[in-house]
Amino acid sequence: MTGSKGAPGRPRTLIIGLGNEYRGDDAVGLIVARRLREAAPESVRVLEESGEGAALLESWQDADTVILIDAVHSGAKPGTIHRFDAHVQPIARKFFRFSTHAFGVAEAVELARALGRLPPRLIVYGVEGKSFEAGVGLSPEVEAAAQEVAERVLGEVR
Amino acid sequence: MKSRTIKVDTLARVEGDGALYVKIKDGTVADVKFKIWEPPRLFEAFLRGRNYSEAPDITARICGICPIAYQMSSAHAMEAALGVKVDPQVRALRRLIYLGEWIESHPLHVFLLHAPDFLGYEDAIQMAADHPDIAVRGLQLKKLGNELMAFLGGREIHPINVCVGGFYKVPTKKDLLPFVDKLKWARDASLETVRWTATLPFPDFEQDYEFVALRHPDEYAITEGRLVSNKGLDIAISEFEEHSLEEHIPYSNALHSRLKERGAYFVGPLARYNVNFDKLPPIAQQVARDVGLGPVCLNPFKSIIVRMVETVFACDEAIRIIEQYEMPDKPRVEIKPRAGTGHGCTEAPRGILYHRYRLDAQGVIQEAKIVPPTSQNQKSIESDLWQFVRNYIDLPTDKLQWQCEQAIRNYDPCISCATHFLTLHIDRE
Repeated sequence: MTGSKGAPGRPRTLIIGLGNEYRGDDAVGLIVARRLREAAPESVRVLEESGEGAALLESWQDADTVILIDAVHSGAKPGTIHRFDAHVQPIARKFFRFSTHAFGVAEAVELARALGRLPPRLIVYGVEGKSFEAGVGLSPEVEAAAQEVAERVLGEVR
Repeated sequence: MKSRTIKVDTLARVEGDGALYVKIKDGTVADVKFKIWEPPRLFEAFLRGRNYSEAPDITARICGICPIAYQMSSAHAMEAALGVKVDPQVRALRRLIYLGEWIESHPLHVFLLHAPDFLGYEDAIQMAADHPDIAVRGLQLKKLGNELMAFLGGREIHPINVCVGGFYKVPTKKDLLPFVDKLKWARDASLETVRWTATLPFPDFEQDYEFVALRHPDEYAITEGRLVSNKGLDIAISEFEEHSLEEHIPYSNALHSRLKERGAYFVGPLARYNVNFDKLPPIAQQVARDVGLGPVCLNPFKSIIVRMVETVFACDEAIRIIEQYEMPDKPRVEIKPRAGTGHGCTEAPRGILYHRYRLDAQGVIQEAKIVPPTSQNQKSIESDLWQFVRNYIDLPTDKLQWQCEQAIRNYDPCISCATHFLTLHIDRE
């Protein structure tokens, strides 16, 4: 679960894709992370996580810039891309309810804020999912959004 | 007459999705339902037709919080079916990785999910703003459990190193020794937390439970033993299905378990504590006595203290195992498939997790049965809610709802496991 850490003194950028491989569109964060692992500059660390909040807090503690990508379920049109800057707004827990974890992504971000442990820059991308049923594979709307999110994240870290 | 309903459609701070419905009519409790919404997982059906060796990795996927429990119960069941006995040091390592899971799971529940209830906080985030030191300590404890699991399991979530017959790879003693100092810190931090949890306000509430846990003559049982209760049950794990029943309840996606001719029973930390207090190491017994918890505790709200007493034990026992560890000659036993049936039952953080498999001569799974702890506790959870609402019926609805949710969290229900989701309703008419 650990990757190489950036050289000291250089800005440390971390991309974390979140989700469950086996719950349809919930896998979108993981799939975007895999594409970015190929495409992102070498200095950028890319992780895949389940979305368990306490583990997330650990994984980003040494990073300057953190970009999280996860599936969301807010009632918007499937494939809609939401972008949150954690330093500008709180992360709505309702958005990320599609985690079976009692302590998930939104909780991790808000607990980090309460403890003064937010990374200097923390961006959260949420992709509106269509189906979270058991099974593998993204719906066409989410697949299209995955490509766009990957490009936007690349734009942020270049 | 007056009637009230308490409805919580999605219970917060429990693993998975579930709901609570309470109906109060003319000042008495008319109905209580603890509902599990999460869809059935059908793992037992996925397992049929797979090789015996695949069961630990497939079942570990049932739960991201307690994968080790699933791996251990399945590995032990397969080993029983195949007539395999593992090396004593392999057994000790399995106990060690399991302790890692307890050290990961208990503080997560105590600090992030349950403690906010007692202190009147909406969640751990609000609590952390006022008590940052406590939140940080909880996260550090949990992290150490994760490290131990990741180290022995190959990775943190869904570990892959446990196999039928032993491990794919075992560590050297030198690899393990750096954990000792960290575990000594964790033991002290857990002792301090036992004392802190004991200062929380507890509702005056006790029930005459039947506590069921594994019991072993030489140790605080985790991976093996007999199924023993405080009311005279004493059976081999292979006899479990002769003594228990699973019932489908229309409003829940998880089967309800009960003991034949005995009824609801209680599994998990409080059950283990009551059945096996004498097997706790002196340091854990002493701190429990110091904070006024005797060998018997019938108040489920005090399970928050017991979880930390068990964390003291887990750290202490992990230190002992590492200090006595000698690297085994072989990481695993060679296996020859054969036909047979095997049973495995181990103490997941939330209580006994039972597996049974029937194999054909090639070692292909013909039948699988999995009974997770949360399904076994559903009846006790409902029984607590019936009694709790009766005792505290005059509380304002919002306060009553708060305490009902807290009463559910006493069991640290893992709904993902049991369905193989939580929501609350209190109706007052």
